[in-house]
Formats: sequence, C-alpha cells, structure tokens
Amino acid sequence: MEHTTDALFGGYISVLVAIVMGFILIVTALLATRLLAPFSRERNKGATYECGMLPIRRASTSIGMRFYLYAILFIIFDVEALFVFPWVLTLGAGAYAAYWTMFAFIAILGAGLAYAWKKGALQWR
Amino acid sequence: MTAEFLGIEMPVLLEAFIKVNIVVLAMTVVVMALIYLERKIIGRFQMRLGPTRTGPFGLLQSIADALKLVGKEDLRPTGADPWVFELSIYFIFVPVFVGFVVVPFAIGWEIRALELGLLYLLATSSVSGLGFAMAGWASDNRYAMLGGLRAVAQGVAYEIPLVVTLLAVAMLSGSLNLREIMLDQGTVPNIVWQPLGFIMFYIAMLAELNRAPFDIAVGESETAGGPHIEFSGIRWSMFQLAEYAHLWIMSIVGSAIFLGGSAWPLGEDLGTPFQLLLMGIKSSALIFLAMWTRASLPRLRIDQLMGFAWKVLMPLAFIQVLVNGFVIVYDLPLLLLTVQGLIGIVVLNWAIQRAVARPAGRPGIAAWAASEATS
Repeated sequence: MEHTTDALFGGYISVLVAIVMGFILIVTALLATRLLAPFSRERNKGATYECGMLPIRRASTSIGMRFYLYAILFIIFDVEALFVFPWVLTLGAGAYAAYWTMFAFIAILGAGLAYAWKKGALQWR
Repeated sequence: MTAEFLGIEMPVLLEAFIKVNIVVLAMTVVVMALIYLERKIIGRFQMRLGPTRTGPFGLLQSIADALKLVGKEDLRPTGADPWVFELSIYFIFVPVFVGFVVVPFAIGWEIRALELGLLYLLATSSVSGLGFAMAGWASDNRYAMLGGLRAVAQGVAYEIPLVVTLLAVAMLSGSLNLREIMLDQGTVPNIVWQPLGFIMFYIAMLAELNRAPFDIAVGESETAGGPHIEFSGIRWSMFQLAEYAHLWIMSIVGSAIFLGGSAWPLGEDLGTPFQLLLMGIKSSALIFLAMWTRASLPRLRIDQLMGFAWKVLMPLAFIQVLVNGFVIVYDLPLLLLTVQGLIGIVVLNWAIQRAVARPAGRPGIAAWAASEATS
C-alpha cells in the first residue's frame, strides 16, 4: 500500500462519519423517549435514589489518594507503551541495536515499577 | 476521492455513510440477541429457564425491554451537574461505536482497514472510561461516584496489559493493520505462538468490559449498580448498548488477532459468507466463554484486582514483548515462543494460586483494624 497522505489519512473520513452517526444515534433515542415517555411534575422525583428518604449531604466528597497514585503510574506506563508502538513495526531480523536499546528502556521502566512496588504504591489500602 | 462498494463507484463520504449505517443495524440486532442469549445462558447455568414468556422461547424479550425503556420517563436528579450528566452517555457510547470502523467482520469486510487500526481501536475504546467517571461524578450519588472511580481505576490498570499483549502479537505480523494481522495467520493462528498472550488478553478484556469477575465498579451488591444508578429509561439502555457492543467488538478483534479470524483454517480464498460464518463461530465462542466465566467465578476484591493487574499481568506482558523481540531479531524458530508461553501460563497460574492460598497479608486491613480497636 502506498503511504501517501491520502492512504494514511483518507480512511479517517469514515471515522468522522462514525463519530457523527454515534451522536445522531443517541440524539434520536433521546428524542424518541421525549416523544413517547410520560412526564410527571412530581417535585420529589429529582431526589437521589428517589426512594422517599432525603439525602443528607451532597455526594461530592474527597477522593482517595490512591486513585491519584494509580493514575500517575498509568500515565508513565501508557506513554511508554506508546513509545514501543513504532519500535514494534520496524523491528526485523538483525536489528540488534534497536532491540537492545528498547531492552534497556523497558528495563529502566521495570526498575521504576519495582521501586513503586517496594514503596508500596501498588498496595491497595 | 471515490471508493467502491458492492461494485458501484461512489464518493468516499457516501460509501462510509452506507457502511456505518449497516453496522448500526447489525449492532442493534446483535446487541439485542446478546442480551437475550446472556439471560438464557446464565439461566441455564443456574438451573433456571431464563425468559420464556415473550414470544416463542422468550425470543422477543429484548424487543419488549427496548420498548419499555423508550416508554420510561427520563429522569435527572436535581443535584446532578446537568452538562456532565447529559454528556456522559455520549462519552460512553460514541468511543465504543467508533471502534467499529476497523473491526474486520471478514476479509475486506470492515468499514476501513486503517494502517494504525489496532492503536486506533485501543485509543478510542479507552475513552469510555472517561464517560464512566463523568456519569459517576455528575450523578450526585455517593455510590455512583465510587463506582465511577472504581471503573476508571480498573480500566486504567488493565489498559496497559491489554495494549502490551496486543503489541506483542502485532510484532509477529509487523503491522497494526487488523486486516494484515488476520491475513498473516493463514496457516497457523497466533494463539499457537502466544498462548500466554491470549489468556492475558482475555483477562484484560473482561476487566476492560467491567464484566464478572471484574465487575466491582458496577456490582449491584457493592456499589448498587455503579455509575448508572441515577440513569433511567433510554439513558440506562445506552450503557447496556455500549457494554454489549464493546463485548462484540472485543470478541471479533480477539478472534481476528489470536484465532486467525476468517483466514484460518481454510485460507483467504473462501467465499465471504463462509468467512462471516467462521468469524461468527469464533467470536461466539469467545462471547460464550465470557458468559461462562461470569456464571462460574466470584467477584474479585479491589485490592486483588489492582494487585493482579500491576504485579502479575504488567511484568508478564512486558516480558512477552521482550521475548518476542529477541526471537524476531535473532531469527530463532517461533516454537520457542510456544514453549515460553506455556511456561508463562504456569507462572500466571502459580501467582493466582499463591494469592488465593494466602488471603491474609493485607497490611492495610490489619492497620485499620488496629486503629479501630484503639479508638
């Protein structure tokens, strides 16, 4: 396949069409329910759980610190996975330098993971 | 630019539009069928009958459900953040739906075989985690928020093993184009070279889909339904639609990448109807496996879940990439990969058994219990 701009980016026209169609699908469904579903003026229907018991406080509480830790770790490792993508595509028999460079890169990240593990960042508590 | 569809030359935009609409129709039918089949199959596993009343063998159950959901009032809690609440269903459904662009139903039967198809699929489908976070946060409900956070933490943790395992497979074909990966396994499917990769993909797939045993985010007994507690009627059904459409996509992609898709075992000269049938059989087998797992395994705890992703799957996935690279660079026989994969499965099994056999050893729980006792 020729790697012209057309071949590389032309396919993304269908991605655009799919995005628009996805939005249209949901909008249609919401319109259908607007037309078909009943609507009541009951005041209490907007309460949390709508079970009759009024909620005591708003739900916005503090978020556990551990979620941030995992999120930071995720960013590090996901960006790294992105670096591996082009390497994967160009790797062929005899590309020793490329292989050992990536080996060192992943080893350093492995050391990072080991450090996070030892520090207890991977322990859910 | 023009493109050909069914032998007719037409503008690319029109061709893409027609194909996307065909996928929309197929998706609706398949999702309804999957919901019905899941209820039937889980029913069988639990010695029940499942739906029987609506139509012959309960076949019309999903249609009846859909009609009921359309006719249900669309509620939004007064405390909810209106914009985020309204937008969250788009962020959950659209990224999953957009993934259909590269899904290879048969050879040449995708909307578009993008050169970076695999990267594209992984990138788009992970956006729906944001939708879960938005839904949970905007609902003004503590259980919804907890479920949303859990969904993100879990999706984020299993994203990396999923990406890296699929990368390891893409290495063998030297391409990210799903069509080329599929055609590359005309004689031997990738599962033979990557048995460990397949198992890790399957586990990470279940976690990404929030399916049992990884359903801590949406489990009824823990978070009372998770991010979609406050969603009713058609909005709630969008969550269902996204979940089952995602299951369908992942099963087709899994069978295309690991099981040879419609190229193996009969080659690419087979007629398209047979290719579709072959792909249907393989993806149905994966979907049945997912339902079987749901019926058989108890739900994981969140510390087990996160620990499993970060401490077991991640190192194994990276080791798999390095071993694959070694075999490719030094031009060694691929059979080595099979041996390594089988050893990897033993290691994986050992790690799981060890975790199961040693259920204590949670410093967090012990410290918490001690502080509770003193105060």
